[in-house]
Order: sequence, then structure tokens, then C-alpha cells
Amino acid sequence: MPTLSESSSKDLLRRHGFALLDERIVTTAEDAVIAARGVDRGNGVVAKLCGDAIAHKTERGLVRLGLRGDQAVGAAAQSLLDAATTADGDVTLLVAPMLRGNRELIAGVADDPQFGKVVMLGIGGVLAEAIADVVFRLVPLQPLDAQEMIEDIAAQKLLGPFRGEPAVNRQHLVDTLMALSAVAQLPEVVSVDINPLIVVDGDPIAVDALIEVR
Amino acid sequence: MSALARSAEHMQALFDPAGVVVVGASTHPGKFGFVALHNILASGYRGGVFATNLDGETVLGIQTAPSIDALPPGPIDLAVVCTPASTNQAILRACAERGIRAAFLTSAGYGEAGEAGLQQQTALIQLAEELGILVAGPNGQGLVSTPSKLCAQIVAPYPPQGAIGIASQSGNFVSSFQNWAVGSGIGVSRSVSAGNAAMVTVADYLAFYASDPETKVGLAYVEGIADGRAFANGIAEVTAHLPLVLVKGGATEGGQAAAASHTGALAANDRIFDGMCRQLGVSRARTVEEAFDAAAAFATQPLPMGPNVAVLTTAGGWGVVTSDAITEDRDLVLMALPDDLRASIDTKLPPRWSRSNPVDLAGAETRDTIPEVMELIAAHPDVHAIVYLGIGIQSNQAKLTRSGGFYPDHGLDRIVAFHERQDARYAHAAHDLSVRYAKPILTATELAVADPLNPGPATVRETGRYCFPSANRAVTALGHMYRRSRYMQRRGLSS
Repeated sequence: MPTLSESSSKDLLRRHGFALLDERIVTTAEDAVIAARGVDRGNGVVAKLCGDAIAHKTERGLVRLGLRGDQAVGAAAQSLLDAATTADGDVTLLVAPMLRGNRELIAGVADDPQFGKVVMLGIGGVLAEAIADVVFRLVPLQPLDAQEMIEDIAAQKLLGPFRGEPAVNRQHLVDTLMALSAVAQLPEVVSVDINPLIVVDGDPIAVDALIEVR
Repeated sequence: MSALARSAEHMQALFDPAGVVVVGASTHPGKFGFVALHNILASGYRGGVFATNLDGETVLGIQTAPSIDALPPGPIDLAVVCTPASTNQAILRACAERGIRAAFLTSAGYGEAGEAGLQQQTALIQLAEELGILVAGPNGQGLVSTPSKLCAQIVAPYPPQGAIGIASQSGNFVSSFQNWAVGSGIGVSRSVSAGNAAMVTVADYLAFYASDPETKVGLAYVEGIADGRAFANGIAEVTAHLPLVLVKGGATEGGQAAAASHTGALAANDRIFDGMCRQLGVSRARTVEEAFDAAAAFATQPLPMGPNVAVLTTAGGWGVVTSDAITEDRDLVLMALPDDLRASIDTKLPPRWSRSNPVDLAGAETRDTIPEVMELIAAHPDVHAIVYLGIGIQSNQAKLTRSGGFYPDHGLDRIVAFHERQDARYAHAAHDLSVRYAKPILTATELAVADPLNPGPATVRETGRYCFPSANRAVTALGHMYRRSRYMQRRGLSS
């Protein structure tokens, strides 16, 4: 099944009320430098090469993290553009702030053969599938369903105040799940992966998003 | 979905028929056609009983007719069909001629028996739809309907009358639930083995129970749900009206989407089913016992209006383990004992009682202590539920005293009578205070199963309550009750 590019995925989510990171799409290394100055929150920026035909950026080294200063951004941007192959088709550069948060969540949409569209929320990170602390609800969600999904996560301690960071903002998480429910109701949407959903100062922020469509 | 399966009139014909015919009644006591007729007669069914038998023999005193059209006059709404699958189309036609509106088919050889059986089943249901006959089963063990004193099933037992409505994809699960009903005295309103559920599904039966004044709780076993979305839609109608306790067997293969996405990889069928249960307010139980415990609690106790649990115990260790169970429940709270409640209990007991929750009387109780302390706890506005432990101990000693060779001398007759009277008092106190203060008071002791005749658990049963076989099982049931209560409160549903 085809996937939307990261930027198209995020556009679709944004249109349905999903709060996303402040990030810029550019096509040249010069514009990447300007964009980085605009979005940097003090932790540097991340630059990624995006295109409809590119699904697994990390495996191909198309994600550059922790870029600080004009020179680092410009060099990374140019090497990403140089790495594009003809098979990748049209490509763009995505420039976003680096986020610092100790907690990662995962959220998404799946189309189950028996139950149809479902929304998921869980504990994210590299161990997400092994831990499998995830909960589901059938689409469409009511806000109360979203609230109860958050309550059903087993690792409630991860959602409270944690290592000097405030508790997860549950209302923002409810809003995130309701936006996913809205996107899930689009007939062409097959799956959505928000992974990771990093908790920054208590706010769940989507760093990567991938949407499968039919 | 079949319109017949949602027709109140046809469901009424199935569960409260004016008359029943056993089609294929047998003289051989090992055959289903004999057992079905036997069980209908043995349970004292209040309507007319008819039977067919190819040779027109008399079976259990019933003069059978060789065919349905040859039956004597009288109203018949339900046919219990115990004949081979090949004869059933003709039987359904004859039933329609006679005005019969519902049939329970015990016959095997349909959808469970491969492609040919499935085709036969499809053809049979199509015919039944044309004839306007509701078909339950096929390949099911039958049904029970206590308001009509009807035991139209090919297995035992016949459970006592009560408020639990059972629907199951497995006939043996029906028997398991019914056995618990017999043992505990917590009765059943309707009960049905859905068999292949060719026309009427478990969700359809539950939808009928939701509108049935005889049924206050649904109890269901399901496996292999083909259309999850349709099931969810059906269940949503039920849980708006009734608490529903559900056991699901078998984690379905193939529910896992081709895992191009992380979400897909994590979307195991059972997790989605679990989420559906939470979303619809279904109390999902892992085992038969857990399911029956929860259903019995819903059927006999008021719902707790909040999470705070107080434990009243006559012995320390029980209280500790019960506290662990309450703490391990995600939603229940082992409440701190309020200062004013501690002060009022202080007036009833010498200082060696625990002075905290669990309220451990530590052997300091005298004749009136337990009912009085129980009332102080039940009356406190912060307490939402009570688990009471220790019932039956005195009667247990009384039993040994009676048989010990010294009875009735040495004043043993008086002490035995006192002990047994006390346990009965405690059972009545738990019931009466629960009603007066509209709070659940769950009584638990292993004597409920280890020695059911002990006056403690026996009196709990007499009051119409369920005596839980252990404190852990009581706490698990209480968790289900609290979650149901919270679900309804949050959604503005009334019980």
C-alpha cells in the first residue's frame, strides 16, 4: 500500500486538528540554513530528506540530528540533497527543531480486518513493540474514550511528573487522539504511525508521521 | 442481521412459548430426543408438552404423533428439534403449517461440518426466513427459561430462577455457568447455547435480554467473532441497559495486519477486543469463575458509587491479602480509615483492634460487635464498598463440637446454638446494611464451597446474596462493579 511522504502525512494530520512541530520544507541548502535559524529551540535542528518514494529514512542515513550553526546545517543539507537518487523522484528537505524529552509515546491508526479502523496509544521508543503497553479503541472516538485510553496505559508513572519534567498534558493527548480519530475516518487512510510522540515539557509532540493510503 | 433474530415476538416464542413440541422424541434414554423431553417435563414446564416419534410410541407418558401435522390440538410456539439434519427442511415447513414461530435445532452436521454442511445450513436458514420461523442453533445444547420453568436442553442442570441472562457460543460454558448458579443459589433468567448461531447470534440474544424485564445482567461466552464491527454495534445496545460480563476464548489468528506499520504490528486482535470492551462498558472476565462472580455481584448487589473499599475482618492475615488484592486492582482504592470513623469504632472495641483499614477486630469482638461495626463503616459517606471476612468461623467450630463426642454435655448445646445464630446474624447484617445504605457489602469465605451447609454461607444464600469463595475473587468482582459504575456515571447512564 502506498505511503504519503512525511510532509504530506503531516499536512493531512494538521488539517484535521493535529498539533505538530514547527518545521519548514525547503529545497536548497541555503534555505535550510535560514529555516534552521527560525525553528531552533536551543537544541539545534534536525534535517531530513523527504519524498513520496522515501519511507525508511533512517536506514538510508537520510536523517541528520543535532545540527548546530549555519555551517553544520548547510553542509548536512547539501549532502542530503546529493544522496537523492533518481528513484526517489522529487525530494525536499525538512528542517525541524531538535526536541529534548525523556519520554516517548506511540500513537496511530490501523485498519483491523474484523473491527475496522482503530486508534492506538502506547508507550513508545525502541522497545515499544517488546513492551506492548498499548491500548486501542474503535473509531470514531468520543473525548471520554480518549481520556480512558490514557488511563488504561499500564505505565501510569511515565505519564506523571518524570525526571524533572512535568506530567504529560492529558488534554493535549486527548486532542491528539481525537485528531487521529478524525483522520482515521477518511476512507483512503489505511494506517497512521506517529512514532515517536516525544513528551517535551509535558507536551506530546509528533516528530515523525507516516500515513498509508489506498 | 436477521430481522427474525431481533423480533421480540419470535424471541418470546423461543423463551416463553405457550407450548413446546419435541421433534424426534426417543424411547432410548441415551438419545437427545429422550433427554430433551425428559428435562422439559422434569423442570415442570408450565405450558403444553407435545412430541413426535416416527412410530408414534409413548415416551415418558407423552403420547407422541408420527408427524407434526398429526399432533393433537393446542397452542405450540417452540419446536425442539432432535432429528438428523437431512430431515429438518421438511420439519420446518410442517412447523410453519402448525403456526410454530421458533425452533431450537440440536442437530449437528451443519456449518461445523465442512463445506457441504455449511451449504445445508445456509439453505435451511433461507427457508426459515421465508417461513418466518426463528431458528436457534443448529448444533446447540438448548435453552432454559426459568420464568416459564422451561428446561429445553439436552444437558443438565436446570438452574434456579434469577436475574442472569446467559448466551454462549459453547454449550458447555452454559452448563458451567448454570452449575455455579445451582451451587451458589444465584439464579438465571434465560440461558441459551447459540450453537452455530446460523440465524441468531450471541449479540442477538443479549439484545433480547437488554429489553427483558426478567434479566438484569448479561453473561456471555464468545469465540471467533467473524464481524467484529457488527458485534460491537450489537453489544453497544446491550451495555446501555445492562451490565454485561463476557468471556472470550481463543486469540484469533490473522487479526494482525501485515505489519508495514508499528501500529499494525501492535494491533493484535485480542488487544483490540479488549479496547472494544472498555469502550462499550463490557466487563471482560478471563475465566468462568471470574465471569460468574462478577455476574452474581451485579445481580445481587448495588453498584459502588466510588472506588473506596473498606475491609472488615476478624483475622489479620486475611485482611493483609485482601488489601494486596485491592491495591493491585488498577481502579479500587484501599481507603485510609477516616478519623471520625476510627473514633466511632473505638467506642465499640478495646484498643487492640487495628485502628486502620483493614478494620481487623483481632478477636476483640463480643456478641453485637460485628453488626455494629459493620453499620458504622457502611454508614460513613466516604466508604463506597465493604469486603467482609470471617463469616462461618464460629459455625465451623460448632460443627466439630457437635460431632466431637462431648456434645451436648458441658454446655456445648448452648454454645453451638449461639455460634450458628451469630453467623446467621452476620449474614443478615451484611445484606440489610447493604440495602439500607445502598452500598455493596461482599461476604467471602472458602466455606462457601468447602462446607456450603455452614450457617454462615448458607444464610448468605438465603438472603439472596452470593457468598464469594475467596476474598480475592470478591475484590476482582468489586473491580468489575466499580468500573461499570464509573462508566455509567461518566456517560450519564442510569442503572
